[in-house]
Amino acid sequence: MNIEEITVKVNAVLTEEFEVESAKLTPDANLKETLELDSLDYIDLVVVIETNFGFKVKPEDFAGIVTIGDFCEYVHSRIQAKELV
Amino acid sequence: MNRVVITGMGIYSCLGKNLDEVADSLYKGKSGIVLDPVRKAYGYRSGLTGFVERPDLKGLLDRRSRIMLPEQGEYAYVATLEALKNAGIDADYIAQNEVGVLYGNDSSAKAVIEANDIVREKKDTMLVGSASVFQTMNSTVTMNLATIFKLRGVNFTISAACASGSHSIGLGYHFIKTGLQDCIICGGAQEVNHLSMGNFDALSAFSVHESEPEKASKPFDRDRDGLIPSGGAATVILESLESAQKRGATILGEVVGYGFSSNGGHISNPTVDGPYRALKKALEDAGLEPAAIDYINAHATSTPAGDASEAKAIFEVFGESNPYVSSTKSMTGHECWMAGASEIVYSMLMMQKGFVAPNINFENPDEDSVKLNIVKNTVETDINIFLSNSFGFGGTNSSLIVRKFI
Repeated sequence: MNIEEITVKVNAVLTEEFEVESAKLTPDANLKETLELDSLDYIDLVVVIETNFGFKVKPEDFAGIVTIGDFCEYVHSRIQAKELV
Repeated sequence: MNRVVITGMGIYSCLGKNLDEVADSLYKGKSGIVLDPVRKAYGYRSGLTGFVERPDLKGLLDRRSRIMLPEQGEYAYVATLEALKNAGIDADYIAQNEVGVLYGNDSSAKAVIEANDIVREKKDTMLVGSASVFQTMNSTVTMNLATIFKLRGVNFTISAACASGSHSIGLGYHFIKTGLQDCIICGGAQEVNHLSMGNFDALSAFSVHESEPEKASKPFDRDRDGLIPSGGAATVILESLESAQKRGATILGEVVGYGFSSNGGHISNPTVDGPYRALKKALEDAGLEPAAIDYINAHATSTPAGDASEAKAIFEVFGESNPYVSSTKSMTGHECWMAGASEIVYSMLMMQKGFVAPNINFENPDEDSVKLNIVKNTVETDINIFLSNSFGFGGTNSSLIVRKFI
């Protein structure tokens, strides 16, 4: 799965499950400030990743994730690591 | 001491999704009972249940609020929305006045079981998501209603088995009567799903008259063979008379008596003495003689022992005046944690519209029910004062008396 495919999937999840307005879904959109996701939503992101991409996230992994772009990059890197194995 | 009045009501049950639908079902003596094949496949002895459709809350609540609500919380939200509207209480009023919530709920089994199924399968607690803990606690209904409606007054759940809803109104009455609060959202909620009632079914307490679901609930009838689980939610807005008059609210009724007792005996076997004392206490609290009661909404769930004990207690107290008696559980089934609140709403609707709803399926009395004035078919009559009974496991008893506001 390449980064473009991941971005499409992440945006779909944010629109459908988190009810984020699609106009807000740009790569540099800030998850907390622009999308208004809070600490509880981050738990649900862990569930979403497991369901849609098949790997488990540690909450501390979110520390460096600020934007949607960061989030998609993170998912991409984890998928690549998994594929290498 | 404050007088305590009812200024709003809301209901979501197997008899209808709002006050008008429910009033119509009550008048027509319509049953809300069905046979659920899911329960039979799951291993229930009886697949009978009240049928309650889940409300669609998209557009009414944002995602965060929606995912926090377990099934019974959804019902409680819809019933409370209707009750607040009925009372003429809006968000501005709640922001400026201390409004509380005391609500009956005694399980959130589906949320608990589903969350644990996920952990067992995935070996990772985080995968239950953020909402699970808020859905699974017994106080889920009050914590959610208080958050959604931004309530700032008293806020806790009453868990008292099948008397939870009734005690919530009784406690709300006392909070207002003694001047601790001016306005409280009271009620009861009950989940309706196959995961929540299996262990109750295990006691062989449910009717197995599956061939005719609508005829299976037969409170007080000689041939009754058990209760039928059901649910939904019911809300009443209790308010001090002063508060209601100050804001020009329509007053629907006045809570005048609350009697409570504990059997002091077996965990599930009923007694006559426990309910008898609750009835006497309610009358004493209201300062009324038994003859003042026009209608009794009985707890009678359609179990052989429970109905007989209640019939004896009612006859001991009301034998001389012999008021109308009916169990709306003949139509609804047993709404358990919600029942004490919903039966206040059902009785209020009867009082407002001038009829007594029938105890359907009452064909042959037994030696106890033959002594009572049980209403088989809808009776058009004025109700000025009614009494509603609720009893629960552990021997908890509650009787409430409500009268027309004069």
